[in-house]
Amino acid sequence: MSFLSSFLKKRSTAPVARDRLQILLAHERMGGEGQDDLLAKLHREIMEVIKRHVSVDQDKVQIKMDRGAQCSVLEIDVEVPGLTDRKPAPGNNG
Amino acid sequence: MAKVLVVTSGKGGVGKTTTTAALGAALAKAGQNVVLVDFDVGLRNLDLIMGAERRVVFDLINVIQGDANLAQALIKDKRIETLSLLPASQTRDKDALTAEGVAKVIAELSTKFDWVICDSPAGIERGAQMAMHHADMAVIVTNPEVSSVRDSDRIIGMLDSTTDKAKKGEKMEKFLLLTRYDPQRAARGDMLATDDVLEILSIPLLGIVPESQDVLKASNLGAPVTIAEPESSAARAYAEAARRLMGEDVKVTVPVERKGLLDWLFRRRVA
Repeated sequence: MSFLSSFLKKRSTAPVARDRLQILLAHERMGGEGQDDLLAKLHREIMEVIKRHVSVDQDKVQIKMDRGAQCSVLEIDVEVPGLTDRKPAPGNNG
Repeated sequence: MAKVLVVTSGKGGVGKTTTTAALGAALAKAGQNVVLVDFDVGLRNLDLIMGAERRVVFDLINVIQGDANLAQALIKDKRIETLSLLPASQTRDKDALTAEGVAKVIAELSTKFDWVICDSPAGIERGAQMAMHHADMAVIVTNPEVSSVRDSDRIIGMLDSTTDKAKKGEKMEKFLLLTRYDPQRAARGDMLATDDVLEILSIPLLGIVPESQDVLKASNLGAPVTIAEPESSAARAYAEAARRLMGEDVKVTVPVERKGLLDWLFRRRVA
């Protein structure tokens, strides 16, 4: 039985390869380097805005990118120190 | 006027030099006047695959720099009269390939031959760009494997943007040659199938060369597989591809090794 189920579960790998390539190439064809520039720019400007308000340790910033078929997600994870020590903003304590 | 064809891929090790030698020899066997030009300056190997490594005196760079003329540098194949080779330099680097120099050599070769086949180095740097720059048509050699397909896509983009033809606003003819194909693994779903690769790259198919032990045997001997093992599956695939290049309408098949009558009867037909 376990042999049978493992046999049935065994998926072919070629469709995975095809799907990965289609997504990857759709992005690369969009203009390769230009897109990389855009991400770098977004990252830089978002960080500038954050730094205007809090001091940020560069090592505590994580950037993740997930390129999908329909949409992509740019995730910037900033660890902001000392926020817990501050008083809650007015009007936000109810 | 000759047709200038570049054999390119982006990725290394997919079979550009094997293809250049095999297609060139197949075209020459069909009576065409063919010259093979090695653009892999510093890492030449076409001479070795053609079995001409001991006959190299002058090379492409010598001709570009005026140290030798074309007649002195061209090596005539001893097996097929209409096949010649212009080797690359082994000692120089690719910066020695000047755009004007390459243009002059290709123009001169074009007056003497029916086909000028440029064997591109791997990568997308100067050598690869020079090899494709003057081409009228391109054969993109691709293995059914993700990294090779990705690199082929990049090369197709370059063929459509950086070449002389692209800059003139003309259309570069591009063909896919799928090499090291294993029909059984593709049927099991463990290898990208021909249709997958065609759908992703969307260029016409020139041929499917099955993985064959005869390719290594031929390179051991220093002969194109279409000369050394003409009855092998790979050689027949290359011979079919060559006929397609000459404009014949030949159905694309994946030739199988001929071990007997049964194998012959079961020749797979695809596309």
